[in-house]
Amino acid sequence: MNPRLTAATTRRVLEQIRHDPRTVGLLLVVPSLLIGLMAWIFNDGRLFSAVGPDLLGLFPFIIMFLITSITTLRERRSGTLERLMTTPLGRFDFIVGYAIAFGLLAVVQSLIAVGFAVWVCGLSVQGNAWLLVLVAVANALLGTTLGLFASAFAATEFQVVQFMPLLVFPQALLGGIFVPRDRMPDVLRAISDWLPLTHAIEAFQHAAGTTDSGSVLREVAVVLAWAVAFTALGSVTLRRRTA
Amino acid sequence: MVNALAVEARGLTVVRGRREVLHDLSLGVPAGSVVGLLGPSGSGKTTLMRSVAGSQRIRSGTLRVLGLTAGSRSLRARVGYATQAGSVYDDLTVEQNLRYFARVLGAPAGDPSRVLAEVDLEDHANRMVGRLSGGQRSRVSLGVALLGTPELLVLDEPTVGLDPVLRADLWSLFRRLADRGVTLLVSSHVMDEARRCDRILILREGALLADETPEGLLALTGTEDAEDAFLALAGGKVA
Ligand SMILES: Nc1ncnc2c1ncn2[C@@H]1O[C@H](COP(=O)(O)OP(=O)(O)OP(=O)(O)O)[C@@H](O)[C@H]1O
Ligand SMILES: [Mg+2]
Repeated sequence: MNPRLTAATTRRVLEQIRHDPRTVGLLLVVPSLLIGLMAWIFNDGRLFSAVGPDLLGLFPFIIMFLITSITTLRERRSGTLERLMTTPLGRFDFIVGYAIAFGLLAVVQSLIAVGFAVWVCGLSVQGNAWLLVLVAVANALLGTTLGLFASAFAATEFQVVQFMPLLVFPQALLGGIFVPRDRMPDVLRAISDWLPLTHAIEAFQHAAGTTDSGSVLREVAVVLAWAVAFTALGSVTLRRRTA
Repeated sequence: MVNALAVEARGLTVVRGRREVLHDLSLGVPAGSVVGLLGPSGSGKTTLMRSVAGSQRIRSGTLRVLGLTAGSRSLRARVGYATQAGSVYDDLTVEQNLRYFARVLGAPAGDPSRVLAEVDLEDHANRMVGRLSGGQRSRVSLGVALLGTPELLVLDEPTVGLDPVLRADLWSLFRRLADRGVTLLVSSHVMDEARRCDRILILREGALLADETPEGLLALTGTEDAEDAFLALAGGKVA
């Protein structure tokens, strides 16, 4: 990996996104809109404070997953990836360059979403609100790296969209958003212990509902470990030579 | 350098999908020359170029590029490759495209402006590539291949969609590059371009049909112009 080439790639991805103000707008505003809608639906501060952290975990993850997988799929299909793979650019330069670019967007997105949830929708936070932002960024990075990895298995945009119900929905269901995990059948619960989104949601719950920052950081570490794993898996799918 | 080969294939066989696309191909591209790669659609031109550029998996045979195995790490900054589809970012400006690839290739900071002039796109530097005409877009892609100091240029149909004036300009650029010692492997469908090459390779169904000078090709086929020579060869009249 070469920091100069990684930085060049990050910069290029951000330049591309800057030319598409509508995407930037959607990226930054949509999670807050959804959170606001949920707060309104629940119409009850206590109930919203129970599900609010889950939503903070879910929406940015899904949005980052979709955006990243479609952008990198486009790169594979347009031939620019093939061209880059004939240059000195390394596979990690490519993937980490993307992860940093979308990670930076995720920081801004998370600040807006957490700020909106806490100050506008009245999400009660027992611990440190900045910890909530940290969890949100780690979680968006998880979505980004999973998207990078998943795009390797899709030949079309239609297939990428199908990965949502395949890779994302089951994690959301098993992550304890709809039924608390301790009320799930043992097998499902054991599976959910291993899923990255479960740890992201736990991290949000701890950050909002407790003052135990140690357990938050532990869950964040698990989420980041998954993000690193997806980055490594994603780089394996980048081939210099294809058939 | 006169006799050195910039590209040398021995028994090159390539399989794509389930089909064998290049069959036991042997050929050479002399260093410092402009070599035209011709052949009917689907004959394997792009596949051969991808192999030389190092992005095509090879089934068997050897392929040496600038004295090294094709695809070697140290070739990555020495071989410039412009794909047939014109692989550039539509959602960046011309200049942003050139700047990004220049950084990736470790080319000097002034390279993007030099290349803009070479492909005659100075007036469009700040336009989005996605809003350019087909010919302008393919010149951006060609420009990317010219960044840095490539010793071998692999150009897949670089003049498609260009008017005769621009085409003539680009061919003089190719000649100037070759005079500087750069080797060019250029595929084309336009037969009058073949006359501007030092040698012509003709592929048909993944096999080499001819490796000739333009004059030699006319003599071989007993034809007057390149178009007829191609028809004679592609039609299988000369084995
Ligand atoms: N990705 C692929 N998978 C399977 N077969 C392929 C693939 N790409 C090309 N082929 C097949 O390989 C053969 C050679 O294709 P290639 O693109 O090298 O031809 P070409 O000479 O460049 O044609 P054209 O002049 O139309 O660009 C064709 O029969 C084509 O159908
Ligand atoms: Mg082709």
